[in-house]
Amino acid sequence: MSAEPRSLARRLFEPASIDSQAPVARIVTYVLLFLWTLVVVIPLYWVFITSFKGPGEVDSGPFYLPFVDFAPSLQAWDFMLVQNYTLRPYMNSVVVAVASTLLAVLIGSLAAYALARIRFQVKLAAVAIFLILLTAIIVAVATFGVRWEIAIVVAAALFVIALFTLVGRTRLAVGNSDIEFWIISNRIMPPIVAVLPIYVMFQQMRLLDTQVALIATYTAINLPIVVWLTRDFFAGIPLDLEESAQIDGASKFRVFFTIALPLVRSGLVATFLLVLILAWNEYLLALFLSNADAQTMPVLVSAQNTTRGPQWWNMSVLITVMIAPVIVISTILQKHIARGLLVGAVKG
Amino acid sequence: MTATDIMPEAAADRRSWAEWLDGHSGRIMVLPAVVVLLCFAIFPLIISAYLALSRFALAPGGFTLKFIGLVNFRKLLVGSQQYHLLGKFGTFDFVQSALLVLIAAGLLFLLARYLWRGRPTVVGTVGRLLATAMAMGLVVLALATMAPGGVPGTVVNTLLYVFVGVSVQFALGLGLALLCGQPIRGRNFFRVLFFIPLMVTPVGIAYTFRMLADMQKGPFAPLVRAFGISEWSWATEAWSARLMVLVGDTWQWTPFMFIVLLAAIENQPRDQVEAARLDGANGFQIFRDITWPAIAPIAATVVLIRLIEAFKIIDLPNVLTGGGPGLATESMTLHSFISWRTQDLGGSAAIGYMLLFISTIVCVSFFNFVVRPARRFEA
Repeated sequence: MSAEPRSLARRLFEPASIDSQAPVARIVTYVLLFLWTLVVVIPLYWVFITSFKGPGEVDSGPFYLPFVDFAPSLQAWDFMLVQNYTLRPYMNSVVVAVASTLLAVLIGSLAAYALARIRFQVKLAAVAIFLILLTAIIVAVATFGVRWEIAIVVAAALFVIALFTLVGRTRLAVGNSDIEFWIISNRIMPPIVAVLPIYVMFQQMRLLDTQVALIATYTAINLPIVVWLTRDFFAGIPLDLEESAQIDGASKFRVFFTIALPLVRSGLVATFLLVLILAWNEYLLALFLSNADAQTMPVLVSAQNTTRGPQWWNMSVLITVMIAPVIVISTILQKHIARGLLVGAVKG
Repeated sequence: MTATDIMPEAAADRRSWAEWLDGHSGRIMVLPAVVVLLCFAIFPLIISAYLALSRFALAPGGFTLKFIGLVNFRKLLVGSQQYHLLGKFGTFDFVQSALLVLIAAGLLFLLARYLWRGRPTVVGTVGRLLATAMAMGLVVLALATMAPGGVPGTVVNTLLYVFVGVSVQFALGLGLALLCGQPIRGRNFFRVLFFIPLMVTPVGIAYTFRMLADMQKGPFAPLVRAFGISEWSWATEAWSARLMVLVGDTWQWTPFMFIVLLAAIENQPRDQVEAARLDGANGFQIFRDITWPAIAPIAATVVLIRLIEAFKIIDLPNVLTGGGPGLATESMTLHSFISWRTQDLGGSAAIGYMLLFISTIVCVSFFNFVVRPARRFEA
């Protein structure tokens, strides 16, 4: 290369070294990223300052800066957190989200591990007979008024008989990938299709408007995601570690809890966080299954739209206290999220 | 189990129990998941199917269910509820006809190529025929209701949220991820910050955007006044209301695309990128030849995850616009919810089933025709 100085144009449009950007490109990059930062921050900022406003400040015009163009007050915070018992729905949300996420991750990763490591053969005929009998029970109970206890006992007996006579003669069987596909495809089901029967089911068990109902339902709807993400984590870890442990006489459960789970920690954290966010923000099922006792935060937020119009300031307080803990948790765990989701998504 | 009867000692008893447990560990591990899904997915689905085929009525001391066959579906597809679900059909003019012919030709071409070039199997052919038929039906419906004089129903609204929403979110997420993937400072700061909207509950997002879009008291009110349109309201016009729902949805879900795609971009082969730079390749060439092949399988998978979730949209339109003006922003889930509230349980279940049908075919087709090839492309 000659020693002549680079022209101004070249200096602006060409990178100085291989892992840096040209000045112009760098400025464009930062401007665009800054614009999106505004897109993200403005709504959050507006919610945050609205929580310090009262009806007067909201109604008489946009005010932007606390202390500068309006006097912030803690009225809404006091009203929501002290005078009204917001703590209860908040605790409901915490308990439901954490418990259902733990359950979903536990049950889901157990299943995913088994599907990644052990070969399954389920006779198609057995599955078909099971479904037919289940449908028959429902039709018998709903249309002909048969008592459901009797229907279940009869169906169970028929199923056992069929298992020992018919099923053994058939060949067609479903394997691991079919079972996996079935579990994951349950996520496609829109909750609105299932929510009515679930509602009736909990009504019959007298569990409507309890945390148990929400925990069980959330566990079920998030289970497919857990299986989807974790099965590839398990498939990715080398077999030898587990094999040598098994030779030493450890049971499959022990291998799972002491060897396999710790190895996929990063992925589990990402899965946990994603499912936690989904459970924490869930609205439709909570609307159906909870009323007063087990009410969760999203339902409470939407309830601030009263007959006197939306209570923006109260709503903003609720939204702020809902976001805060999740932001803290995900900031701490953010390294795991990206890595974990990546491994899960590569194999899908 | 049988060994317990023979060995009287407690220790032996326990060991054989452990042996039995270990021998069946596979089934025991899968069992909880299967039981949960049977109780909360398969069982409700069968009951819903039954509800969709019956008429529900309140009666003294409870309710009655009467089996009425496909009446609920007939009412929705060709009867009194057709306007609500499918919308009002307009008349095709030149643009619609041209688009329709083009799309039909494209679909038929893909189908023909599979039958002639590939090795057609029975399952493959049936699956493609089904996917083509579904795509054709949805395209005709969308074009007919958006043609002059037509009004889109809840099916077309849902499709709009799904396809337009997911494409915009993917484009934005990919763009931001590419920007953040450049050698810049503060990447972790942007990563944490851009992730935040995903954590806000959709109900909260809906209210937030209602506050922001308030023409008189929102933060943009002075701007709106400067343009002299403060009397206008986005909530009273169909397309602006739909746009607001899409904006809220995009604000929430772009971060999901962004975070996964950024991780994928950071994972691309660095040495290849550097070698290409040395050879004087420009940014676009690097993207086309190195980055895109490396992230394609992941991109396809995040789009699939998003597609699955997008079909279920309800919170945003319900809170933001209540489904209005008219039914311009009503999604299928919201439609089903409204039917439930008016105690049309059969109709509600029937709509749910149609949504299940559409989303299953779309998602499974996307998996088979996009995600799978993208993964093979990598390998």
